[in-house]
Amino acid sequence: MIDLTINDRQIQVKEGTTILEATGELGIKIPTLCYHKDLTPYGACRLCLVEVSRGNRSRIQASCLYPIQEDLIVHTDTERVIKTRKIMIELLLARCPDSEEIKELAEELGVKESRFPKKNEDCILCGLCERMCRERMGASVIGFTQRGNKRKIIPPFDKTSAICLGCGACEFICPTGSMKAKNNCSEQIKAFPSEFDWGVGTRPVVNIFYPQAVPNTAVIDEKCCIQLNRGACQICKEVCGPEAIDFNQKERTEEIRVGAVIVGAGYDRFNPLGRLEYGYGEYPNVLTSPEFERILSASGPFRGHLVRPSDKKEPKRIAFIQCVGSRDVECNPYCSSVCCMYATKEAVVAKEHAGKDLVTDIYYMDIRAFGKGFDRYYERAKTEYGVNYIHCRSPQVERANGSGELLIRFVTDDDKFAKEKYDLVVLSTGLVPPSKIKKLAEILGLELNKYNFIETNGFFKENTSREGIYVCGAISEPKDIPETVIQGSAAAGKASALLAEARGSLVKEKTYPVEIEVSEEEPRIGVFVCHCGINIAGVVDVPGVVKFTKTLSNVAYCEDNLYTCSQDSQGLINERIKEHRLNRIVIASCTPRTHEPLFQDTIREAGLNPYLLEFVSIREHCSWVHMFEKEAATRKAKELVAMAVAKAALLKPLTQSTFPVIKKGLVIGGGTAGMTASLSLAEQGFEVYLVEKEKELGGNLRNLYFSLNGENPQTLLKEMVEKVESNEKIHIYKNSEIADFAGYVGNYKTTVKTYNDRPTSNNGDGTAQPAEGRGNLTTIEHGIVILAAGAKERQTAEYLYGQDERIVTQKELEERIASDRLESLGGKLSTVVMVQCVGSREENALYCSRVCCSTAVKNSLKIKEINPGVNIFILYRDIRTYGFREEYYQQAREKGIVFIRYDLDSKPEVVKENEQLKVRVFDPILNEKLEIDLDLLVLSAGIVPNDENESLAKVLKVPLNEDGFFLEAHIKLRPVDFSTDGIFLAGLSHSPKFVDETISQAWAAAGRAATFFSKDRIRATGRIVHVIERLCAGCRICVDVCPYEAREIDEETNKAKIIEVLCQGCGVCVASCPNGASQQYGFEKKQLLQAVDALL
Amino acid sequence: MAEFEPKIIAFLCNWCSYAGADLAGTSRIQYPTNVRVVRLMCSGALDPLYVYRALIEGADGVLIGGCHPGDCHYTNGNYKARRRVAVLKKILQEFGLEDRVWLRWISASEGQRFAETVREMVENVRSKGPNPLLRL
Repeated sequence: MIDLTINDRQIQVKEGTTILEATGELGIKIPTLCYHKDLTPYGACRLCLVEVSRGNRSRIQASCLYPIQEDLIVHTDTERVIKTRKIMIELLLARCPDSEEIKELAEELGVKESRFPKKNEDCILCGLCERMCRERMGASVIGFTQRGNKRKIIPPFDKTSAICLGCGACEFICPTGSMKAKNNCSEQIKAFPSEFDWGVGTRPVVNIFYPQAVPNTAVIDEKCCIQLNRGACQICKEVCGPEAIDFNQKERTEEIRVGAVIVGAGYDRFNPLGRLEYGYGEYPNVLTSPEFERILSASGPFRGHLVRPSDKKEPKRIAFIQCVGSRDVECNPYCSSVCCMYATKEAVVAKEHAGKDLVTDIYYMDIRAFGKGFDRYYERAKTEYGVNYIHCRSPQVERANGSGELLIRFVTDDDKFAKEKYDLVVLSTGLVPPSKIKKLAEILGLELNKYNFIETNGFFKENTSREGIYVCGAISEPKDIPETVIQGSAAAGKASALLAEARGSLVKEKTYPVEIEVSEEEPRIGVFVCHCGINIAGVVDVPGVVKFTKTLSNVAYCEDNLYTCSQDSQGLINERIKEHRLNRIVIASCTPRTHEPLFQDTIREAGLNPYLLEFVSIREHCSWVHMFEKEAATRKAKELVAMAVAKAALLKPLTQSTFPVIKKGLVIGGGTAGMTASLSLAEQGFEVYLVEKEKELGGNLRNLYFSLNGENPQTLLKEMVEKVESNEKIHIYKNSEIADFAGYVGNYKTTVKTYNDRPTSNNGDGTAQPAEGRGNLTTIEHGIVILAAGAKERQTAEYLYGQDERIVTQKELEERIASDRLESLGGKLSTVVMVQCVGSREENALYCSRVCCSTAVKNSLKIKEINPGVNIFILYRDIRTYGFREEYYQQAREKGIVFIRYDLDSKPEVVKENEQLKVRVFDPILNEKLEIDLDLLVLSAGIVPNDENESLAKVLKVPLNEDGFFLEAHIKLRPVDFSTDGIFLAGLSHSPKFVDETISQAWAAAGRAATFFSKDRIRATGRIVHVIERLCAGCRICVDVCPYEAREIDEETNKAKIIEVLCQGCGVCVASCPNGASQQYGFEKKQLLQAVDALL
Repeated sequence: MAEFEPKIIAFLCNWCSYAGADLAGTSRIQYPTNVRVVRLMCSGALDPLYVYRALIEGADGVLIGGCHPGDCHYTNGNYKARRRVAVLKKILQEFGLEDRVWLRWISASEGQRFAETVREMVENVRSKGPNPLLRL
């Protein structure tokens, strides 16, 4: 170590240190322009001059180059130094009078104007770029050339260089902004397009794929990294505080032994580049829908500001073109199932962003809003938001003029040519199999179907051609989020049935020390304030916060950590707790939403109850959002810590109650869904009680005789009933209903009422009448419920139904075809007319019954098969043969079945004249009203919920939607759960759907239910509500407001109670209680008021 | 005299607005330092008492952040918050404080919206001047 004196202060520094580095350690600021700590000093700008004396001699020296020597005396602010620096900056200012950085520095040094003649150069020859390129990037693309006043930095021969990496580091480090990387590089320098933003935005080489990525970790792009490709740069490694960068990480191949495989590898989007009629790739203002979706996103490239990427102008008129790469015999004949809804959503969101005046037109063939709640959304888009839907054929995109406007030419319904101008055209590109699917299928030994999606097995959409390998999501057929989530749970359920015997065999349980009893102790709070590298400490004065915190009452210990979350800091917290007998811990760092569980675990390891932790964010809520207000941010951080300390003083240890689980299930409904769910639970090893209201199992499946792909539903029915009835684990209660229901997840008690000779209708449409007299009561105990109560075909009075035996529903038609009674209906059959959407998609039933279009196509094809001479007309509003069902719609058209589109305001008219049935309908293509004589009228009456749903909903305390179907916890993400834990949903009582979809949902419900059975006890959250009985008046308000049925009144004491296992800790009852008798652990009123007080 | 800097207490739902405030942080969206966040599990758990206490103790404004209608993590707590705040504002009218209490729906993905709301509220409260209860 060497001793020296700087500005009369003594300092010891390592040998080899320069004066500039030494002054830096003392916090003395010295101006520089050519110095960078990670590059070799060069001494070019001469601004870092200091006065160095040794003995009697004193000299002016460049501090960046001058190595420390023993007994050196340095002065950085003498008059001589300041005067010399002023001269230097004046010279620089004369050379580059327009450089902001130099002007700023000149002002700092007290120089306003240079006395020297102005040169109007911009380079100060500091050489930072040259050193950066040579030393860090290992490229040496640029160098000094010539001498004296001609000296400059250029690539060889002043020509762009082929060896330039295009990394832009020279431009980045240039203090005056004179260096332009593009002048050095022979290739065009482009930012890397962000894959997540579909190339609309850009991304760095070191990148977190997207904000919600799991794991949320930055990854270095191997292809572009200069270190990995040339062994240079390493800048990321230097700036990374926790030293997380490891260039030696290599791709590894690991072998894992598994019993089952689930394939959920997703899909790709159709690339419209080859489709010249849409102009994608040719006109910059033609985008694909995923690109547009990113533009709309608040976390997207324009932060949700709706602009065209080409010129950043706000579009006034946007067109969406549907079925790009879908329903197209030239590429993908199938329907992508999701485009109608996402285009509708994007149009609505665009209007929300840009205002009502934005024009959004959707060019479509059929709007396929077949999912639950979709038709309502579609109607709202039209009426509330003013999204226009234009039914048309063959839209084409052309350039309208030079300003980037586009022209869409199309053919209208009445065969006229039309055109419209737009600022932006969005192509609703379809879903295609992932590009690597063939390789994946080969590795896994799976078959692909003719569209190159993974082939599935008949009615069982998660089963592949290979046992033990299951599939979920769009990799087997395009599908929406709810169906994907359902299949995910179903595939997991199937895998867990296959591996039932091995369940839990790889589970390891973590053990913790015995908890220290602290509730009687005075609070001794330990506060740990995190620097988070420079994330917090770069803005907030962390030592200042620590100093302040130590003055707060109840604080026994406070320290700051570089990274409080790092492994060693965690160990340190553990030690400090023991050392200082800390009994409450405050962590001031990032957000509790991500890191609270980690620190709860840490203090648990030190023997503290995990709820003795208070967590306050001084990063997300402070340093990151107040980066330019250091003082105010520090003040705020102090207050936030004070708030946390005030609340922490009142924290109490909490216990998480656990409850035993009865590992038996109750399934309500013995149709396809109920039988499947029962079999699934039984296969997974659990006992099941199956309650069916009719005297036979099967439900609506009994009325299905054909399916589009040739599978026989009756065979399925027979096999399923046999399997269920012969399974020892399944206890069947036919002719039965739920009489009483009580309990909570893991512990339900249900009374089943069984009738002896209950009259049932054999058609299974749910019209069974309650029997006279009393039934037998049985009480069963079970841990979960799967609700699979079914639905029925609508009873209609429209179109003369019931007045003539030649007018039937699709269900009746199918039954007659199956029993060879087709001809007997209409005598000699020559013309059949089918009317779609009878009662569906109208006021009072504003939903699509989903199956009718495919059923009409199926039954028409069947009639054509029996008698190709029959004329069939299908009167429809939109044909919704989604997914691979589209193929059969094509077949129907090829077979000459005539499809006539009608609108809700011009419904077909059915009349009977002299025993002749006629239908009158307006044909928009012929542009005239048709009158068709017919022998058989078939009504697609759709599906309606069962009447008893209402009473079931009351008994089980689960909600119904406005159409009378059961309402799941989340329509997209939790499609088989109710918000009440332990009750699940499957089949038609959820919403109309096909047999295969019902089977998937039943497996999903059983799979979800089994997650409760994988544990012996259920753990409630610790932050539940409790009642201070002394204050409770038994007013029942808490019972009414609780969304989870977790509150009840104890009849004996007339005080409110909590069913702890049901309480989710929302605290709504706490705020509702007029007496303050309800309190939430961890969020007690006293604690919150204390917190508020501490802030003010 | 330095410009008046209002002090705003924000009660945010853990699942939406608190997460939205987190997102504003991770996105480095800058907003005024005047706001202090208190985390609640649900906007429906907001006891009006907390708002009164904040105002009595001298807060110049109170921001309540909940999930958008229909998005409540706990089914319908935000609707309860909406009703409760409506009543609360009626009472605050008596003191001329009703415009100092804002209820806003801010989802977990709306960092920008959170920052804008804070900016807007700080400006609004600044123009109103300090909490009149402080003069008492």
